Amino acid sequence: MSDLVVGQELITGNVTLTRFSLVRYAGASGDFNPIHYRDDVAASVGLPGVLAHGMLTMGLAVQPVIDWMDGRGEVVEYGVRFTRPVVVDGNGGITVNVTAKVGAIEEDVTRIDLTVSAANQTVLGKAQVRVKLHQ
Amino acid sequence: MPVNPELQGRVFPPTTPYLVGREKVREFARAVFAKSPHNHDPEAARAAGYADVVAPPTFAVVIQEAGLALLLAAPDTGIDFSRIVHGEQKFSYTRPIVAGDELTAILTVTSIKSLGGNDMITAETSITDSNGDHVVTATSVLVMRGTE
Repeated sequence: MSDLVVGQELITGNVTLTRFSLVRYAGASGDFNPIHYRDDVAASVGLPGVLAHGMLTMGLAVQPVIDWMDGRGEVVEYGVRFTRPVVVDGNGGITVNVTAKVGAIEEDVTRIDLTVSAANQTVLGKAQVRVKLHQ
Repeated sequence: MPVNPELQGRVFPPTTPYLVGREKVREFARAVFAKSPHNHDPEAARAAGYADVVAPPTFAVVIQEAGLALLLAAPDTGIDFSRIVHGEQKFSYTRPIVAGDELTAILTVTSIKSLGGNDMITAETSITDSNGDHVVTATSVLVMRGTE
């Protein structure tokens, strides 16, 4: 992996989120805010629909990087900005697309920048993963 | 009511220790679409040098949540939860969380800022294991939308 270059695309991935995904994440994380599973509650607070948990989007977006490392490294830092909500339709759900590129190569850490989008709009900003790769 | 500016610098008491269960790690891994055998199979995790199954990087949010609950329950913060939006999140790891870890969180409010009618609260939660060794710091920026 020593031949990585800045800008290089490492991997892409996509996940289709449905209401089932949201309920499952609510249970696993303990975040039971009803805006993540009830249309009436989402509408009552002025949202365009039921939203995916930001932390679910963040959680799934890093997985292609973990798959790419395949045990050859560890995540040492991961940060995102939640820039746009992911609205999850009750019927078809929504597909979240992730592209991971080499952002910077530091001494013993590689920064991987993620582009995360849904319905052709970026949903996370400054999504950066720092990984320590085993030599 | 705006966020109480005196909140900046406040350190909350340690949370009750959270014992990371193997099935909880697997359940969380399924929920974030994590497919690595290290997240699911103790033998694969041990073969890679871990004590047990490894939690996905964002699992620390579950531990952070206990710290945030203390912040949101404090009476004098001026925080109105119904106007709170999660703005940013970051995790800085010393080592991954594995099943069997007993983790304690200490939340510090590191900054309160006003920006364009909104209040930005930065909360840094330091998570340590039963030896007192640092595992991960989880940093959240919470945005409290203005009432205008």
